[in-house]
Amino acid sequence: MDDTAQRCIAIIAKAKNIPAQDISLDTTFEEINIDSLDKINISFEVEEAFDIAIPDEALGSLKTVGDVVRGVDQLVAAKSVSGSTPPAPATTS
Amino acid sequence: MNRVVITGLGCVTPIGSTVADFRESLFAGTTGISPITGVPDAPDGNPGVRYTQAAQIFDFDPAQHLESGIATATNRNAQFAIVAARQAAQQAKLLEYHRPGDIAIMMGCACGGRSTEESEVKNLYLRNARAHPLTIVRTMSSSGASNISIDLGITGPTLDISTACASATHAMGLAFHMVRSGMATAAIAGGHEAPLSWGFYRAWDSMRVVSTTRCKPFAADRDGMTLGEGAAMLIFETLESAQARNAPIFAEIVGFGMSADANHITQPQAEGAAMAMRKALDDAGASPDEVGYISAHGTGTQANDATESAAIHQVFGERASKIPISSTKALHGHSIGASGALEALATTLGLQEGRMPQNGDIVNPDPSLDLDVIIGEPRTTGPTLALSNSLAFGGLNAVIALRSWR
Repeated sequence: MDDTAQRCIAIIAKAKNIPAQDISLDTTFEEINIDSLDKINISFEVEEAFDIAIPDEALGSLKTVGDVVRGVDQLVAAKSVSGSTPPAPATTS
Repeated sequence: MNRVVITGLGCVTPIGSTVADFRESLFAGTTGISPITGVPDAPDGNPGVRYTQAAQIFDFDPAQHLESGIATATNRNAQFAIVAARQAAQQAKLLEYHRPGDIAIMMGCACGGRSTEESEVKNLYLRNARAHPLTIVRTMSSSGASNISIDLGITGPTLDISTACASATHAMGLAFHMVRSGMATAAIAGGHEAPLSWGFYRAWDSMRVVSTTRCKPFAADRDGMTLGEGAAMLIFETLESAQARNAPIFAEIVGFGMSADANHITQPQAEGAAMAMRKALDDAGASPDEVGYISAHGTGTQANDATESAAIHQVFGERASKIPISSTKALHGHSIGASGALEALATTLGLQEGRMPQNGDIVNPDPSLDLDVIIGEPRTTGPTLALSNSLAFGGLNAVIALRSWR
C-alpha cells in the first residue's frame, strides 16, 4: 500500500474512530458507516492533508476508500502539472 | 388549561453525568468546582487569568454516545444536550406515549459553539486557514435544539432561547405555557452550555466578576461567580397524560414569570427580579405565603446577591428572612445559559425528596442580606411551593414556580 493510501486510511480511521487495519482500499463507505457528515469531514481533512480541492461533483461519486485514494492521486498529479491549487469548493449550502 | 408535571430528568454536569450522580452530589454538598486545566490552545492549558477555579466536566467522551458524523458536526454544548435529552426522554418513555409532532423542544443556550468558533478564528487569523465546512452548524446556538430533534425524531415546535444567564429558565417557562395551553402535549425543556474556552475565560476575567477563590453565594466574604458548563433536561407533560399511563411524577410546574429591568446592561435592579417573581406566583395562582423554598440565581457576586435579596424582601416582606433559600451554583458553577436548567433539576429533586439542597459548604451567610440561607445540610421542608430564579445580564429575568407532587 502506497503512502497516499496509508495517509487516506489514517484520516478515515481517525474520523470514524476505528483501527486503520480494519480499512482496505476495497472498504466501502457503507461498510464502515460513513454518513454525509463524515463525508464532509473526511473530504476536508483529505484536502488539508494533500493541499488539494476535491471538486463538488466528485464528492457524490466517492463510494470506497479506493475511490478516495485514486481521486487524491489524480488531484495531486494535476496540481504538480499546473503548479497551483484550485480554490476550494463550498461543501455546504 | 392543562396541569403540567415533570416526568423525566436528564443531565451532564460537573457534579454528575447522570441524574443519580447529580442527586448524590447535590445532597452531599460535593462540589464540581476544581482547578482550571487543559484549556485548548492556551499555553500549558492555562488561560492566564486571575482566578484558578471552574466547574468543568472531565468524564464526557462524545465517542461513547454519538455517531462520528454527529460528533463531528456538534460542539461540546450540543453533545451534552443530546445525551441529557436522551436520558430524560428515556426515563419518561416520552416517545412511547406522545406523538413526535406534539412534543416541543425548548432549549436555553446563550454561548453556542464558543470553542469551535475560537479555534476556527485562530486558524484564520494566524494561518489564513480554511474553516472546517461544519463550522457553521457546530457554532449556531440552535444546534442543541436541532440535534435533539434529529436524534429523537421529534417534529414539534423546536426553539433555542438566548437570554444570557436566564436562557434555560425562559425556555422552561415557555415550554410550560405551551403544554399548559395545549400547543404541545409534552416538551423537552432545559439548557446546555460549554463555553469554557480561552477567550471566554479571558473576557470574564476582564469583567472582574469571577471569584478568585470560588463561588460563595450569599456569603459575607463572597467575591464573585465561578464559571461552569453542562446541560440539564426536564420532560414536561400534561397531568392527564402522565396519570393515564402511570408515569412517575417528580414535581408539578405551576407558574412562570418574566420581566426586563430596562436599566443597565450589567447592574441588576431589584424591581425587575421582584416583578418576575410576582408574575410567576400570579401565573401559578399562588400566594407568596405558600412559598417554602427559593432556588436563587445566587451567583456569588456582590451585586447579584444583594439585589436578589432586596427583590425577595420586596416580594415577601417580613417572610423573606424565613423562607429557606440556597444557590446550587456553589456546587455546579455558573453554566450561563444552562444554569437555570441545572437549578430547576436540583429544585425538582428537592421537591421530590421533601428536602432542599444546601448552599454548598458556605458557613458564613451575609447577615446584611437577612435571608434564611440553608447551611450545612439539606433542609427538610416537606411538600411545598418553590421558586427558581434566573436573573441575567442585560436585566432579563425569568422565574418558574414548582410544586411538590404528593
